[in-house]
Parts: sequence; structure tokens; C-alpha cells
Amino acid sequence: MIALLARDLRLAVRAGGGFGLGLAFFLIVTVLVPFGVGPETELLARIAPGILWIGALLACLLSLDRILALDWEDGSLDLLATAPLPLEALVSLKALAHWITTGLPLVLVAPALGVLLSLPAEGYLWILVSLALGTPALSVIGTFGAALTVGIKRGGLLLSLLVLPLYVPTLIFGAEAARRGAEGFSTATPLALLAGITFGTIALLPFASAAVLRINLR
Amino acid sequence: MLLSVHDLAVARGGVPVLEGLSFALAPGEALILRGPNGSGKTTLLRTVAGLQPPLAGRIDAASDAIAYAAHADGLKATLTVTENLTFWARVFGTGDIAPALAAFALADLADRPAGALSAGQKRRLGLARLLVTGRPVWALDEPTVSLDTAAVGLFADAVRAHLARGGAALIATHIDLGLEARHFDVAACKASPRAAAEDEAFL
Repeated sequence: MIALLARDLRLAVRAGGGFGLGLAFFLIVTVLVPFGVGPETELLARIAPGILWIGALLACLLSLDRILALDWEDGSLDLLATAPLPLEALVSLKALAHWITTGLPLVLVAPALGVLLSLPAEGYLWILVSLALGTPALSVIGTFGAALTVGIKRGGLLLSLLVLPLYVPTLIFGAEAARRGAEGFSTATPLALLAGITFGTIALLPFASAAVLRINLR
Repeated sequence: MLLSVHDLAVARGGVPVLEGLSFALAPGEALILRGPNGSGKTTLLRTVAGLQPPLAGRIDAASDAIAYAAHADGLKATLTVTENLTFWARVFGTGDIAPALAAFALADLADRPAGALSAGQKRRLGLARLLVTGRPVWALDEPTVSLDTAAVGLFADAVRAHLARGGAALIATHIDLGLEARHFDVAACKASPRAAAEDEAFL
């Protein structure tokens, strides 16, 4: 199992692996927003948590079609399916590798980008916490979408259309927690709901992903 | 018996392609599957490998008995030959990749990225993977595609060594490998068109 995770991480940092792609996209989106809405710091500070969350979500979306499609194209998915590793473990590891290469860098860089959007200082911690808690759900849900569309050539757009509605609850509670934190209110309720969504998807979705993968590999 | 198949029927995309297949493989035996293009050899091998469920009939084999090799080699272009092979060795829980490199004359290419290999070299690397799986039954789908005569010889030697170790092989191929093996023509088991009409997907 470690072997698969190590391979995916190594592939991500090799040429064409896409590591940093999501991060660069996130950076550009957050830099573009002040150009779009104007330089009023008060307005920017108010929308900063939401912009950071939407930026992180779109950056995550960008790399979803790499999770399984590349392995399907070169035949390794078939070979992995006949390996001793259960498919449930395979999709969980794929989601974990995606989170480490895409979600985790977004979490770490978000407070720095908060500065660009004049996010109040008390909001830094909460954007970090809410993204750290929410991005694993984005990776796990994304892996489910990737499993659904694995046999389809150029399935990236379809994947986005399938996955974006499923991201709505995570976005609502994640952005709400970050917004409340930035404005100095209690964040306990949205964070609890966000944690519930994340742990729920981590516990249940790998079974669904493995089931659809089994059908798609036929 | 390492693998035995009883009255098996297989389908591709819901359409039955083969039915009434029965054969068995004992340790040391190889079975060569013959048949024209599109006759269902790949579908049969995928079913035996467990990638798709049989339409009818039974496949008796240990769940961890079969090593499958398809048309695609499952190689990562940016990983080196050694890294690719080590990955599969670790996935299958076996250790040493040196015998596999030696058997397919890949030792000189060990540090080359797989993307820089020729088609035949990639194929050899894909076949070397079989040796690191440590599994007794090889299910091979046209293993000699893009191999030159010398490499076909290496492959035939590897299969012979595998059979001598008590393994078995089920090989779909169009060329003569020079193996002492039984031949099985799948065209004789072609599914009747009537079976298609009874399939649920078409009701």
C-alpha cells in the first residue's frame, strides 16, 4: 500500500506530473479577484474567506481527472485491480495521494494569499483550519467522480459537472467557518458539520468508488 | 489443478461471445488460445483474471493465483525501468527484481526512464512484471506483440522456466512460441446468436 502512495507522489513531482499546477491556479485566481472587484479593502476582507474557498475548490477540481484516468490509459489500473490490493484501498490511497499533492499545499498557502485579499488577521487561523478539515472531502468526492468517468476519453468536463454539485455542502460549511472566524464569531457549528461531511465521505465513499470502478473496468 | 474452468460463458459489453468453455491447467502446463481477431480471447482472459464476471459457468482458482498481462503494459513513462519493476514487486509483496531484469535482458536499461524505451523494450519490461508477481498462473494476452525474434526466444525461455517451477500459463497468441503446449481454438466455442437475444440488456 505504501508502494502505491510512494509511486503516486513520485509521479506527481516528475515531469508532467502536475504537482504545483493546482497551487499556481489558486494563486492566480486569488490575485485576479482584487482586479475584478476593485481595491476596496473592506469589501475584499468581507469576501476573502469565500474567494479562498472557491479558489481552493476549483484548484482541486483541476487535477481530478489525473487521479485514475492516467492509470487507466496506460493499463496499470487493470493490473492494479488484479493485484492483492483491494479496490477500496486503491481508491482511498489515490484520494490520499491527491490530497497530499493538491489539497495540502493549498491549505498551507491559503493564509499567505489571505494577505492579498486583506483578510483580517484573526481569519488566518480559521481559513487554515477550515481548509485543512474540508479539502480531504474534496479529494475523496473527486476520486468518486474520477471513478465514475474513468473509461471516458476527455472526460474532464463531465467530471467537473458531476463533482461540483457534490462539493456544495463542503463549500457552504467550510466558507461559513472561515467567514465566522474572520469576523470573530464562534466557528464550532460549521466546523463540526464540515468535519462530519469529511469523515463521512472518507468512511463511505471509497466503497462507492470501488463499486463503480469495478463496473467501469469490465 | 491450478486453474479449472467449467462450462464458462463470457460476454463483451453485454453480448455473449463465447460459451461452453471447459479446460484445466495443472502445474507445469501451458494452454495456447487460438482464434481469429475478435473471437473473444481477450474477453476470456479478462474474465479468468477476475476483471469481469462470467456470464455463466465456473472458474476455480485461488484468488491470488493469476497474474494478468494485457496489451497495455502499465508502465509509467517518467519512472525508470527499476522503479517501475520495484513498484510492482512491492505491490505483489515480492522482493528481488534482479532475476526479472536478467530474464528479459533489461539489466543494461535499468536506469532508463520507461518513456525512453522502444516498443519492444517496453513489452519486455511489461513481461518482466510477471516474474515479480510471484503468481503461479500467467494469463497473457498476445505477449509477443512488438517483440523481435530474440526477445520472443527470451519470453519462451521465461515461460518454460515458469512451467518448470510448477507454474501454468494461459496464452493467447498468433505466433508459434515453440512451447510444448496444448492448443485450444476458442472459435469452436463461439456463442450462438440466440443467446444474445436472451440477454437481459436487450430485453
